[in-house]
Amino acid sequence: MTAIDIPSRNRNPAVRQLIAGLLRLFRGSPFFAASAIVTLGFLAAAIFAPFVAPYSPTFQDSAAFMAPPGASHWFGTDSFGQDLLSRVIHGTRYAFLIGFGAVLIGALGGLAVGLAAGLIGGALEWVLMRIVDALLALPSLVMAIAFIAILGQGVDKVVYAVGIALIGPFARTVRADVLQVRAQGFVEAAGLMGINRLRIVWRHILPNVIFPLSVQATVRISEAILVSSGLSFLGIGVVPPTPDWGLMISEGRAFVSFAPWMSGVPGAALALLLIALSIVGDGVRERFDPKLRTNGSGSK
Amino acid sequence: MLFQALQKVLQTAIVLLVVSVASFSLLKLAPGDPIELMLGTEYSPEAHRSLIMELGLDRPAVEQYVLWIVKFVQGDWGTSYVSRAPIFQYAFVEALPVTLTLAVSALGLAILIGVPLGVLSAIRKDTVWDAGAAAFALTGTAFPSFYLGILLIWIFGAYFGWFPTMGFVPPWEDFRGGVYHMILPAITLSTYFMAMIVRLTRANLVEVLEQPYIAAARARGEPNWRVIWLHAMRNVLMPLVTVLGLQLGTLLQGAVLTETVFSLPGVGQMITNGVLNREYGIVQAGVMMTGGLFILMNLLVDLLYPVLDPRLRPR
Repeated sequence: MTAIDIPSRNRNPAVRQLIAGLLRLFRGSPFFAASAIVTLGFLAAAIFAPFVAPYSPTFQDSAAFMAPPGASHWFGTDSFGQDLLSRVIHGTRYAFLIGFGAVLIGALGGLAVGLAAGLIGGALEWVLMRIVDALLALPSLVMAIAFIAILGQGVDKVVYAVGIALIGPFARTVRADVLQVRAQGFVEAAGLMGINRLRIVWRHILPNVIFPLSVQATVRISEAILVSSGLSFLGIGVVPPTPDWGLMISEGRAFVSFAPWMSGVPGAALALLLIALSIVGDGVRERFDPKLRTNGSGSK
Repeated sequence: MLFQALQKVLQTAIVLLVVSVASFSLLKLAPGDPIELMLGTEYSPEAHRSLIMELGLDRPAVEQYVLWIVKFVQGDWGTSYVSRAPIFQYAFVEALPVTLTLAVSALGLAILIGVPLGVLSAIRKDTVWDAGAAAFALTGTAFPSFYLGILLIWIFGAYFGWFPTMGFVPPWEDFRGGVYHMILPAITLSTYFMAMIVRLTRANLVEVLEQPYIAAARARGEPNWRVIWLHAMRNVLMPLVTVLGLQLGTLLQGAVLTETVFSLPGVGQMITNGVLNREYGIVQAGVMMTGGLFILMNLLVDLLYPVLDPRLRPR
């Protein structure tokens, strides 16, 4: 085969570097590899939920209310006779849907605010950053609760509420990156060459901001899942009978003394996914975040 | 130094102002007619109109905000539609002390156990101790606190029956009972912070211990405990205080969830009930209190720096 046959997507040096970096991480750290496999397992469960789950998540087995784990219901049933394993598998969908959706909203919102603040500067930057300060002053859960109060309950509302709550931290990092990139020689050179400002932003600034932003996004997915399951646990997020993990944990709370599996099973799934995601996020950040690589005194 | 402090206070005041505008807008953006919530479903148009006049809802938004913030600062936070009691009494006098008790005990527990564990992990670097502490630090920061609380209730409350699983006893009225009721909630809330303190203490101490002034202290023949706790820890204190200050929001957020797990009548339960009953005044009070608390604590941390580190004192 000649070089021409190489698929064009592999020719992009940034993508190739990314794949090489991930592979090195995967080979170098057994914890990272195990966590990545666990995360992918959950992702597969989310995608193929109807095929993997033995029952429908809302099917009520009238012969098995609060049945302990056994042959017909591997992880037992809840107080409505619903199969916990099936509900946990379907719950994976909501966890990822809300986690990815909220992070997407937060990252896009943060990108818009951060770019505006970093590029335009002046009074607008000051006002925007004070608003971001105020956003950062409220814990994301409390802010999400406030937005739920306005928006109402439901899966889509939770995505919006958690997403808006995440805009603050994203905006701050984007602005810092924009300021850093803007001060560099190649941007100044492009400006002196008389290239259109919008084109400079698109070709030179945005690519240098997007990468650290996506590293941030990986780290924040677990936070989004945690906050959204917290909302459901409080009973103000997703509404029953949606098989949401936080909701299931909350439903089992009253029965913990004689049916501990009811909150135990969804809780274990949530804990496992969050731990795996945080190891994956830490690995990705340590590998790709230039700020952590230079001063070495990161979170480790 | 005074100028710097003043500047920080001014910055804090601006952020507080923005938070208050946001909380005010919350009430304005909330769906439904507040008058309808107050009067119920049956009322005369006259009553509706007179209440609008009385509350100043017919005035421009800026004027309404000023009226509201002046009342708020004076402790007039409105009246609950459900209990007909003043919100200030419920939120500030009854709920806030519960949350603060929980937060302070959890933070205390986290520091008391987390710092020594971090030190142990740093001085026994690359041993089983270090690996164990690292595993704890990793799972502790990622583990959902409300699930941990339920596990603790199941094991220590329901199975062994050692601790009460719900309710709040004010420790200033009954100290032993208060501590007894606070043990499980405090452990639940502290785990995240304990894990983070272990991580931070270890990472910073390992770096500090390699510095020449530590070797100098050892060469002078100072005992090990003095080298670590007096010389080295002094330089670990700063990053620890910084991160803990920034993480206070997470502490409050965890308190909201922990309160629900253990049925503690704190700010978390108050906000949740406020959302469920559509009592936006209560949600607003909760947002103002958590935001205000976080901002003021961070100001305190900022002002504390020069006290903790003489190098930061301007000459």
